[in-house]
Amino acid sequence: MDTTTSMSIAADPPAGASILQKVWAFLGTCALGILLLASFNIDLPHRQWWLYGSLTLLTAGIIGYTFEAYKNKPPGIKNDGVWHSSLTNGGLLGWLLGVAITFFYVILYFYPQYLGLGSDGNNSGLVAFFDPLSRLLSGNPASQWFVYGTLYTLGILAFGIKFLWKYRHNRYEKLRTLSVMFFQTAFAFLIPEFMARLNTDDFSLPYYDLKNIWPLNYYNFEQWRIDQFITAGDIGLALLIFGVVSIFIITPVLTYYYGKRWYCSWVCGCGGLAETVGDPFRQLSDKSVFAWKVERWVVHSVLVFSVLMTTAVVHSYLGYDAQKYWLNKDVFLIAVALFLTVLFAAIWKFKKEELQKDARYGAIGYLAVILGLIGIHYLSGSNVFLFQAETLRSTYGFLIGAVFSGVIGTGFYPIFGNRVWCRFGCPMAAILGLQQRLFSRFRITTNGGQCISCGNCSTYCEMGIDVRAYAQKGENIVRASCVGCGVCSAVCPRGVLKLENGPLEGRINSEAVLTGNDLDLLDLIKEEKTWKN
Amino acid sequence: MKHIVIIGNGIAGITAARHIRKLSDHRITVISSETDYFFSRTALMYVYMGHMKFEHTQPYENSFWKKNRIELLNDRVEKIDPGKRALDLRKSGTFTFDTLIIATGSKPNMFGWPGQDLKGVQGLYSKQDLDLLETHAPDNQTCKRAVIVGGGLIGIELAEMLSSRNIPVTFLVRESGFWNNVLPEGESNMITRHIREHHIDLRLDTSLKEILSDSQGKVRAVVTDTGEEIPADLCGITAGVRPNIDFLQGSGIETDRGILVNDRLETNIPGIYAIGDCAQLRAPKKGRRPIEAVWYAGRMMGETLAYHLCKKPTTYNPGPWFNSAKFFDIEYQTYGLVAPETSENEQHLYWEDIKAKRAVNIAYDPESELFLGINTLGLRLSHRHFDQWLREKASVAVVLSNLEQAGFDPEFYPDFIREIKTQLTQLLKTT
Ligand SMILES: Cc1cc2nc3c(=O)[nH]c(=O)nc-3n(C[C@H](O)[C@H](O)[C@H](O)COP(=O)(O)OP(=O)(O)OC[C@H]3O[C@@H](n4cnc5c(N)ncnc54)[C@H](O)[C@@H]3O)c2cc1C
Ligand code: SF4
Ligand code: SF4
Repeated sequence: MDTTTSMSIAADPPAGASILQKVWAFLGTCALGILLLASFNIDLPHRQWWLYGSLTLLTAGIIGYTFEAYKNKPPGIKNDGVWHSSLTNGGLLGWLLGVAITFFYVILYFYPQYLGLGSDGNNSGLVAFFDPLSRLLSGNPASQWFVYGTLYTLGILAFGIKFLWKYRHNRYEKLRTLSVMFFQTAFAFLIPEFMARLNTDDFSLPYYDLKNIWPLNYYNFEQWRIDQFITAGDIGLALLIFGVVSIFIITPVLTYYYGKRWYCSWVCGCGGLAETVGDPFRQLSDKSVFAWKVERWVVHSVLVFSVLMTTAVVHSYLGYDAQKYWLNKDVFLIAVALFLTVLFAAIWKFKKEELQKDARYGAIGYLAVILGLIGIHYLSGSNVFLFQAETLRSTYGFLIGAVFSGVIGTGFYPIFGNRVWCRFGCPMAAILGLQQRLFSRFRITTNGGQCISCGNCSTYCEMGIDVRAYAQKGENIVRASCVGCGVCSAVCPRGVLKLENGPLEGRINSEAVLTGNDLDLLDLIKEEKTWKN
Repeated sequence: MKHIVIIGNGIAGITAARHIRKLSDHRITVISSETDYFFSRTALMYVYMGHMKFEHTQPYENSFWKKNRIELLNDRVEKIDPGKRALDLRKSGTFTFDTLIIATGSKPNMFGWPGQDLKGVQGLYSKQDLDLLETHAPDNQTCKRAVIVGGGLIGIELAEMLSSRNIPVTFLVRESGFWNNVLPEGESNMITRHIREHHIDLRLDTSLKEILSDSQGKVRAVVTDTGEEIPADLCGITAGVRPNIDFLQGSGIETDRGILVNDRLETNIPGIYAIGDCAQLRAPKKGRRPIEAVWYAGRMMGETLAYHLCKKPTTYNPGPWFNSAKFFDIEYQTYGLVAPETSENEQHLYWEDIKAKRAVNIAYDPESELFLGINTLGLRLSHRHFDQWLREKASVAVVLSNLEQAGFDPEFYPDFIREIKTQLTQLLKTT
């Protein structure tokens, strides 16, 4: 023992950024360089090999780099230096990266021609560079969305492996990461491409990522989609029914049992990217009470917007005449209004206590939708009206679908954190959140009086939840926005937090007191707390 | 309406202030010379390690205090005059109170070592210590090696902090195993191995003799009791803490190691109370120490005193002991009392999985089979369950047979508890 200890004094300090790490970083950068060259139409011989080579190199670079970073450290929390690096503390490098990603998104959404998107598959530049892979999978030339989808999937896979390695001591984190990696690769990437293979001249399936549920998938019930579904015969109809069932049956059932996490941090592609590529930026989310307030207004407004938009769009292509087909414009509007009224009344009746504070917001939202529905009824057909269905649809597609979820949602990872979209913009998250708050078995329980108010949980909560505020009072965390990523529980140095599914009773326990003190006193405190409420 | 003045904005003082506000309309002033706002001292290490910014250690937003009418004053109390019910503040002079709560916390122990006042010799307690550390040990160029003296909870935190910046650390521990004056052998050995796994040069059975200076009055090397001279740019002193009460001298407030208080947390002078690290109970509960310098004790004293002042006479009567810590990557929890050594009145049931770095140690009384306490490493257990078992004076058999109810590890974790349960039940039968 003595020899080893005196030797360690002479030994070098544990290595910093090692040479191998720099090599991996260099290789990854080379891969990006190749993609950049391709974007500028540099003609590379044997294009497909350059493509596969660069994608492999990029993935290897990311994995190799992180493997080097963590390999000499025992399993455990790896947050050293997070706030010292200007890449991850919202500093200059973070801003530069943010600007670069934002720039990429602007081009992707609004100027795909600069990526080389041509008409009828006459691609050039980066899109053409991806043609070989696209032809291999679907038989068709690539589009800008194929390029994006490939890079997106590779990002989730490579950074997913990084995350698995980073959290190798935590089985919950590993399982849910494997899950998002699987759903992204299979459901979002491969299956739709293979489905395209089934298409013939007189049979065509819509491009459908089965796990992408309305209202996140806001265009799922638009006319062209419905037409596609219907012309695709039984399979198409089955897909359409699946789309409806996903939101009205599957989602509520799973959310009841497991909370919103089953979707947001186990299945969803946006969540998948946030949890893997976006993980280095989770600490940047704003924890202030003010941000929470903004979040509630914005995300629920988006929900109202998306419900109205979808209703208006469906309404616009339905017929007037109930004789021809039972589902005509008016039947549809009345059905929507009825459904929302029943839902709202039920919540009001059974969840009054939980709702107390938020009742006003709920009522405002409900009223807005109903007024909107009336508006649609009386104003449809009058083309001059500002909120014509098509205008609504394209505004939503532009503002929410492109700018919010893409440009801001991902481009601003290094500045506002990795869940800006999920927290402030996603209508699906809003629905899941409402249910999680009101009618779900999921909660995060706290461990008696063990909290030392250190703040690790709040800092690393990507949804900006001030977890500590609850933990230090011994209260369960039952928040609409919690995506159940489990990181608060992982980083807690005192073992205070546990994600759990359990009975609804006593789930929200704002009258809780901290275990540890005199029992009589605790009863007194409890009395005082309930009395104050 | 009374004017309640609290000296110290740590967990004890702030908990008292918050609860007094909830329960009453008294005017509340909190005075502290450390920081403007309450922060979590336990999180200091994470700021240095870059896990958090300092502002993240503040559990309440800055607007909280005004909203709750808790007045904050950044000043230092130089003297207390109980007769005049007045304080002497360094900046603002005389300041009067109706009721006074002293919650001034601790400060690091220094044992009069030669060289302990040199630059680069410091403890780790306050925000100022954290700033000092940034000066003395910002990176491994400025600080080529650090020596830490004293193997307690703060010492190991300091070792983890420094090694997060790749600064080589030599850790001098007087005992023959890490923290083995508190932990039984099995747990102590596991932590000792883990410290070395993190490349810390841990020296057991070694203490500090002297700190040597360079020509600028800065630490140059540390000499151990074996005569070895270890070159160092930083010497961290973490040999425990003691109550921070020097300013009370001559005030007439009775002190021993800490401020002496009765079970209502009142000092010898009516209307003056002491809570948290600085308070010393005249008559502690059986098996408990008169000064319990931990976060939880400060918080519970704060709660109790607020009720006492605002509602009805309430005595400080904490429930069963509990505590927790983290040694690098290994979490530690304890409920009840587990002595470092077994004895006639205390037997231990020990389980460990060396590879997974998990251990459980259950203490019980062999005579009555009463459950006494439990230590866990690398495993989370539920406070509520153990609190109840300890209050109900459950037998060790009852605890063992219900152990899985008390699991608190995250979902999908390997189920160690069943294994622990069978092995320890077996062990209990054979002993
Ligand atoms: C690095 C570190 C890690 C720790 N980790 C843990 C842990 O994990 N678990 C645990 O249970 N405990 C832990 N502790 C111990 C715990 O932090 C203390 O027990 C607790 O903070 C004491 O709280 P307090 O309110 O009594 O005093 P303090 O938090 O010390 O607050 C006292 C305040 O009073 C101020 N003050 C003192 N004298 C004067 C004066 N004359 N005038 C004006 N202001 C004055 C001080 O500057 C200080 O701000 C840790 C301590 C340290 C230093
Ligand atoms: S509260 Fe915890 S589990 Fe929920 S989103 Fe925040 S960090 Fe994730
Ligand atoms: S990380 Fe754990 S100990 Fe720290 S504030 Fe959160 S719940 Fe409390």
